Amino acid sequence: MSRPEHIAPPEIFYNDEEAGKYNTNTRIQSIQAEMTERAIELLDPEGPSLLLDIGSGSGISSSIAESFGHVAVGMDISPSMLSVALESQDVEGDMLLADMGNGVPFRAGTFDGVISISAIQWLLNADKTCNVPQRRLNRFFETLYSSMKRGGRAVMQYYPESDRSQQMILDTAKKCGFAGGIVVDHPESKRQKKFYLILQAGGMRALNTSEMSVEDEKVDAKKRKSKRKHEMNTREYIEHKKDLNRKRGRLSVPKDSKYSGRRRKVAF
Amino acid sequence: MKLLTVNFLTCSNKRCSGTSEAFPLKIEDAKLAIQEIELKPEFLRNILPRVDWNALLISTRQLGNHSLPEEKPELTEESDEVLLKSLHNVLLETEITEGKMTCGSCGHVYPIYEGIPNMLLSETEI
Repeated sequence: MSRPEHIAPPEIFYNDEEAGKYNTNTRIQSIQAEMTERAIELLDPEGPSLLLDIGSGSGISSSIAESFGHVAVGMDISPSMLSVALESQDVEGDMLLADMGNGVPFRAGTFDGVISISAIQWLLNADKTCNVPQRRLNRFFETLYSSMKRGGRAVMQYYPESDRSQQMILDTAKKCGFAGGIVVDHPESKRQKKFYLILQAGGMRALNTSEMSVEDEKVDAKKRKSKRKHEMNTREYIEHKKDLNRKRGRLSVPKDSKYSGRRRKVAF
Repeated sequence: MKLLTVNFLTCSNKRCSGTSEAFPLKIEDAKLAIQEIELKPEFLRNILPRVDWNALLISTRQLGNHSLPEEKPELTEESDEVLLKSLHNVLLETEITEGKMTCGSCGHVYPIYEGIPNMLLSETEI
């Protein structure tokens, strides 16, 4: 499967159909939610904060940040994704239709912290003749730095295409005044590997990225399978699956009753 | 879009950032709505020092609200509920659902539609 950035620019790739997936696909939602919670953990905010959510998309990350007591301001370049966020009504905070490569349009010292989930790799694309990736990266990190208060932290999960893209992003951030590094979760696993760029805008807080990674837990394949079989018979799981199917529009979902999920007598 | 956000938003054009005419953006033709949100006293205490009170006065007056005092109120530990609630109402619960914002420096008009401002610039302005 090719990378989304190679198919089309983000405002075109995330059309209504693709944006709809962020509403119905539970796998996407659970991965995005997990990454958001990890980003907030790495952000380590000192109390209810004003956060900027870059590439807020369908609002999953903003609404999770809000559930932790923060106020989030999101920005995204795709009108379809912002529509999905509006319709879901999960997000209390504001959202902007904006291009991060054109800068973060806020005055100095605005934000306590910044999160971004699966967004900044889109900056490395030259999909229009007026887009020069290095210039966009510069503009983004410069304005991001000034929009953060001193000592504020930015945690950005992204999907680097290569070591070179990682280096380009980190170098640009450092040139714009940030201190920081990259934390890699699950470095051994090809599927689960996640990259978090952690940047600090001045201030006195210590930042030691080498101590922050999460190593792989070797889960026995057999143990994993048996755990899942156990889960499948519980009433909760069955009701959750029925709800999902009703939401997806299937008409023949059986009604819930006192017999749902009840242990049947072994027939054979 | 909340009034709190208007108090922090500037023009996207890099030639405008830093000039005093570019902030705050001038609000016109605004339709307002009140969105009820849970009171967050800790958050208000955290953010109030960063709120530009003069800019807030300008913005609220552009919307026809002249009820705010000239001086920024102090939020102490024992600040009364009434003060917190009124700040909360102005900053976090007052939403601009439709309207437009204009930069005093370059003149670019940013439309607000369904509460979301369009901060994109045309190719010539980047």
